[in-house]
Amino acid sequence: MSRDVKKRLRRTMLFLNAQRPSLMKDAYVYAPDSVIFDLEDAVAENQKDAARFSLYNNLRSIDYGEVERIVRVNGLDTPHWVEDIRASVAGGADGIRIPKCERARDVRRIEEAIESAERAFSRKPGSTLIMAAIESPRGVLNALEICESSERLFGVALSGGDFRAAMQTKYYPSGVEMAAARGNVLIAARASGVQCFDTVFTNIDDIEGFKSEVIMNREMGFDGKSVVNPRQIAIVHEIFTPGEREIREAERVVTALSENANDGVGVFLVDGKMVDIAFLAGARRTLALARAGGVYKGDL
Amino acid sequence: MKNAVGRDIPDLLLQDGRSVFRGSNFMDGCIYTKPGPTVRAAVKPQASKVLENIRTAINRCGLKNGMTVSFHHHFRDGDYIVNMVMREIEAMGIGDITIAASSLGDAHDPVAAMIERGVVTGIQTSGIRGKIGDAVSNGSLKNIAILRSHGGRVRAIERGEVHIDVAFIGAPTSDEYGNARGKGGKSDCGVLSYSVADARYADHVVVITDTLVPFPNLPPSIDGVDVDYVVVVDEIGDPARIASQALRVTQDPRDLMMAENCARVMASTPYFKDGFSFQSGAGGPSLAVNRFLESMMVERGIKMQWALGGITKPTVDLLNKGLINCVVDTQDFDAAAVCSVHNHPRHYEISTSQYANPMNKGAFVNKLDFVVLAALEIDVDFNVNVVTGSDGVLRGAPGGHPDAASGAKCTIIVTPLVRGRIPTVCDRVVTVTTPGESIDVLVTDYGIAVNPARQDLVSAITSAGIPITAVEVLKERAYSIVGVPDDVEFGDRVVAVMEARDGTLLDVVRQVKKFE
Amino acid sequence: MEIKSEATAGTLESSDAQVTIEPSDGGIYFELSSSVMNQYGRQIRNVVLETLKNLEVESAKIKVVDRGALDSTIKARVECAVFRSSGWEGAIPWRGLVK
Repeated sequence: MSRDVKKRLRRTMLFLNAQRPSLMKDAYVYAPDSVIFDLEDAVAENQKDAARFSLYNNLRSIDYGEVERIVRVNGLDTPHWVEDIRASVAGGADGIRIPKCERARDVRRIEEAIESAERAFSRKPGSTLIMAAIESPRGVLNALEICESSERLFGVALSGGDFRAAMQTKYYPSGVEMAAARGNVLIAARASGVQCFDTVFTNIDDIEGFKSEVIMNREMGFDGKSVVNPRQIAIVHEIFTPGEREIREAERVVTALSENANDGVGVFLVDGKMVDIAFLAGARRTLALARAGGVYKGDL
Repeated sequence: MKNAVGRDIPDLLLQDGRSVFRGSNFMDGCIYTKPGPTVRAAVKPQASKVLENIRTAINRCGLKNGMTVSFHHHFRDGDYIVNMVMREIEAMGIGDITIAASSLGDAHDPVAAMIERGVVTGIQTSGIRGKIGDAVSNGSLKNIAILRSHGGRVRAIERGEVHIDVAFIGAPTSDEYGNARGKGGKSDCGVLSYSVADARYADHVVVITDTLVPFPNLPPSIDGVDVDYVVVVDEIGDPARIASQALRVTQDPRDLMMAENCARVMASTPYFKDGFSFQSGAGGPSLAVNRFLESMMVERGIKMQWALGGITKPTVDLLNKGLINCVVDTQDFDAAAVCSVHNHPRHYEISTSQYANPMNKGAFVNKLDFVVLAALEIDVDFNVNVVTGSDGVLRGAPGGHPDAASGAKCTIIVTPLVRGRIPTVCDRVVTVTTPGESIDVLVTDYGIAVNPARQDLVSAITSAGIPITAVEVLKERAYSIVGVPDDVEFGDRVVAVMEARDGTLLDVVRQVKKFE
Repeated sequence: MEIKSEATAGTLESSDAQVTIEPSDGGIYFELSSSVMNQYGRQIRNVVLETLKNLEVESAKIKVVDRGALDSTIKARVECAVFRSSGWEGAIPWRGLVK
């Protein structure tokens, strides 16, 4: 169990239309790491109010257990986002996803609204996290300032739909159309120590295409992926689950580091490789992924 | 008197040799004499059996007030036979009829009005839905309806508990001498398994077809030696509703998740080895199990020896891929199954007696390793209801559920924890159709529970790393989500009895009260 | 709150409920049809009436067509219909009138 909620595992973030009770009532059975209740694109303009009432009551009364509950609010260019945030914070959402984020200032505006909602509804100041969706070329270029914009921000998500259109391209199985954006956003996230999530894969019947994209995501170093259908969850989790050898290696690193830390040694050898404290986070993450994937029962 | 599943059976019903359910195998070794039908010799070599219409056939059979007629349900929702024959019976002024059908469905809604008018006063069936279900639940049927499993129905016929005066058998093809098959013709249903006992035990047998074929129609499902008359009509059914063209395997993520977990449970048991046998229900998640079994069989390098029951495309696909050695068929649900039973040399038709009669000496269900079934409700004693809605109205079918569940070494129920707002896992099912002793594993979207009587399965499943929980925990979870349902209110009058496979009384269904 | 005009919220999809509210000449008139009437009719009625009470609605005709919705959904649909009907503008009193 990750003690730091900002750094918890988020391999899968499942989008759910906040206006559809049949989806909202128990999506936790699919065991995504997070759900994203969507008030934005999935909800028609004349149902924004209804979706908020649904969301608020759902947040208040349905036990999602270990599953993190994030709300995608409407964009800063709409009249809806302030009330969206109030409903989310009043209901007790774990975080807010900002759509179409282009600069640090966007995050700060959202943050101010969250702060005021936390005060209004007596929630612990700072308890509502933020993630930012980067959906435009400008957003990609400003990724670093976005990643560094707020203490509450746990990660950034790349969103492919609008971005591909803006770049005069479309989805290609090779991923070449998103290569630069994925790289840039990832590097910014890593540089500032926040998580990074890849865009959704919308053709749910193309299982093979989805798998190869998730494998690429893992190899690139993404923390996880937004998913649009519960059927995609198990696939992502399986691909993100480390193999037996990785797990053993991580175990040895963690054990060796704690033993050597007690002895005051900084750098030492594990299986013939030089290891220091910088390896600890990666090893711990490997074990956390393995535990979440059900293949590691140890307690390191 | 309380029976073995804790249901109170009114003493009034315990007459004429009827007794309460005492456990699935209680009747083992019981001695009985099979009844013989009273038949009319057809000696004259040149005499024709072909009659011009149904009315003439009814006349010749001497059908009278108070008699029992029988039907099969191979034509499912596309059946025209029941309505066609019953309309004629009513038009001839005959009433007080008992219908002994292998199942009745939405296609037979017109019968409900005949119940109201007293034309039909008795119903004995393995399935009851639509307006007939409403009529019986409302107390409109004069006599108490009898619900039996498919195997139980054949047992009742073969033990003489129900005597069929006239069997009307819709047949896709027949020759003029009554050799009838489920194959060919306009209303191809593949097999005629449900009618075999009717043909052998009814006093009079009428075959109704829309496709008369040259003699001899071989090999026959219904033997001409048992058939009195053949009637040719324009249409015996609606082909589109008899066999679905393409029964789409569910894409619902919840169904798929449960199906995969069910397949994992199966693979964790010692029965999942080369040569195993399997039956699956036709519901969404049960059907989808086939898909996950395939990859697990390939992975382990094992094959299924035989698949049993109502057949659908997923089973046929496995047969054609060589992953199943043979298919043993009692009903065909889709075009692929119909086509396969015609063409595949190892796809066999059997009778319902062979399939599931608990009191013969060779029911195939007894040799099953696995069966995967659905449930409308399942309670903390693992008793299953597949016949009454949670509002108490008759709207389902025991069908082969109790038979396969009782026979198989590992019986798995796959069902979502909650449907709409109705908790599927509950304190006490409305009606027990399948006793909990027959159920081994419950797979839901919220977790898996194993019948505590099966500690061998508990250890097999848990050692495979599959988490299990108690059925009570699942029930509590369901109630915590949807709220504890109010008890359905019933009147005092018993409108139907649910027989156990062996003919003892498993439960009663009472008249429903309207909610105010 | 005052019910000023007819308003509807919700859909007839499974697990949802459609709530229609309109002004009455005094008092609450409640009408329910539900796919789970026998088992949950009483509880749905309680939720609807309690929600109206929380919203300080004293006079309304309310009709609920339920398709197996959970209590939280019924509450949400009633609240939305009431706010629409009242012509409310501005911030919603979450954790206040809206319990």
